[in-house]
Amino acid sequence: MELSKEQKREIIAKRVAQELHDGDVVTLGIGLPTEVANYVPHDVNIVIQSENGMIGVGHRDFNAPERPIVTNAGGIPVTTKQGACFFDTTMSFTLIRGGHVDVTVLGALQVDEEGNLANWMVPEVFVPGMGGAMDLVVGAKKVIIAMEHTAKGEKRIVKKCTLPLTAAHEVDMIITEMCVIDVTPQGLVLKEINPLFSLEDVLDATDAELIVPEAFVQKAV
Amino acid sequence: MKKIISIAEAGKLVKDNASVMIGGFLRCGTPAKIIDELVKNKTSNLTLIANDTCIPDSGRGKLIVNKQVKKVITTHIGTNPETGKQMTNKEIEVELVPMGTLVERIRAAGAGLGGVLTPTGVGTVVEEGKKVLEIDGKKFIYEKPLKADFALIYANKVDKFGNAFLEGTTRNFNVVMATAADTVIVEAQEISEEPLDPNYVTIPGVFVDYIAN
Repeated sequence: MELSKEQKREIIAKRVAQELHDGDVVTLGIGLPTEVANYVPHDVNIVIQSENGMIGVGHRDFNAPERPIVTNAGGIPVTTKQGACFFDTTMSFTLIRGGHVDVTVLGALQVDEEGNLANWMVPEVFVPGMGGAMDLVVGAKKVIIAMEHTAKGEKRIVKKCTLPLTAAHEVDMIITEMCVIDVTPQGLVLKEINPLFSLEDVLDATDAELIVPEAFVQKAV
Repeated sequence: MKKIISIAEAGKLVKDNASVMIGGFLRCGTPAKIIDELVKNKTSNLTLIANDTCIPDSGRGKLIVNKQVKKVITTHIGTNPETGKQMTNKEIEVELVPMGTLVERIRAAGAGLGGVLTPTGVGTVVEEGKKVLEIDGKKFIYEKPLKADFALIYANKVDKFGNAFLEGTTRNFNVVMATAADTVIVEAQEISEEPLDPNYVTIPGVFVDYIAN
């Protein structure tokens, strides 16, 4: 099954959106995670926190002044939703690190069997800095990794991360275009398979050991 | 009453070799006019402390492009390719710090604390060479306070007492940086003739040394 990049991103963003519940305070990473907000049902009111200092992020503001005074963490001007508020970076990371964010959704370069995450650098190739990612992963109650299952054929759900870690043992769930994986003390448990793919497809695209519930095995036979 | 100075005078206060905290999150809420003065004056050998190194042709980013910075302590350099290039060429020293840790290190200096204990970075390269303490069964990294010679900050409206009001997401690092430098200069978009309503003061004027406009 060949999906385009856009199709994969839409599948992932839609599935992540189902994990968000009414009233959740949510911080979304830049890129694919930001798209999750577009798929949250209208009757589910989530509160989006942005690490640069606001709660209640709306949508892109096309009428903002040349030097906008309200932006998201990517520097994009945004509108505010009802109930929004602004604060400085100290307060923002009190929220983030202090366990007041219910869910964070981030991308990854690698995730491993122990819930370790690498998403901030590739030594000597790509060193942008960690920004707020290390704090988010340590502080949020639930950490969801939203990413394409493989990158240019390279497996990213691995036995052990080889890239520098963002945080150790903090990932709770991995959502890709192929499947949903729960990170448990026993290891990575396969929770759902996208019907477009087979169990074999998922296992072939995964380096880590997956714990496969009996129901999936039966179906595959 | 605080000393009100011109943007050009503010720029001249910052000398070569100074450590300078500059407020702003990318282009939002940054003292862009004072930075332009530093660019014009070619103030050099600076240690820059800021959330990010912005983009090459704006604000803090220009200081990097013009090679006026010898060391930067920051959370993110990805939006300014020039910073990474100079880092690779060993023309600039880059200390990458998690955002929540950077803000708390500055807060510690401003609040008279001997440092902070944070769980952020445990089990990563961030903990290398640092003390790790276990408190009630949980690991924390000890991080030192961080202060500077100057803090250059931005505010929308400042009264003559130095009380500053900051709108929207311009608050970011400006508030904490005002507490942790020997000399604090606020770039006021507008100086208010009337004192600000005390209920709406974001940064107490006592932290501010100069108002630049």
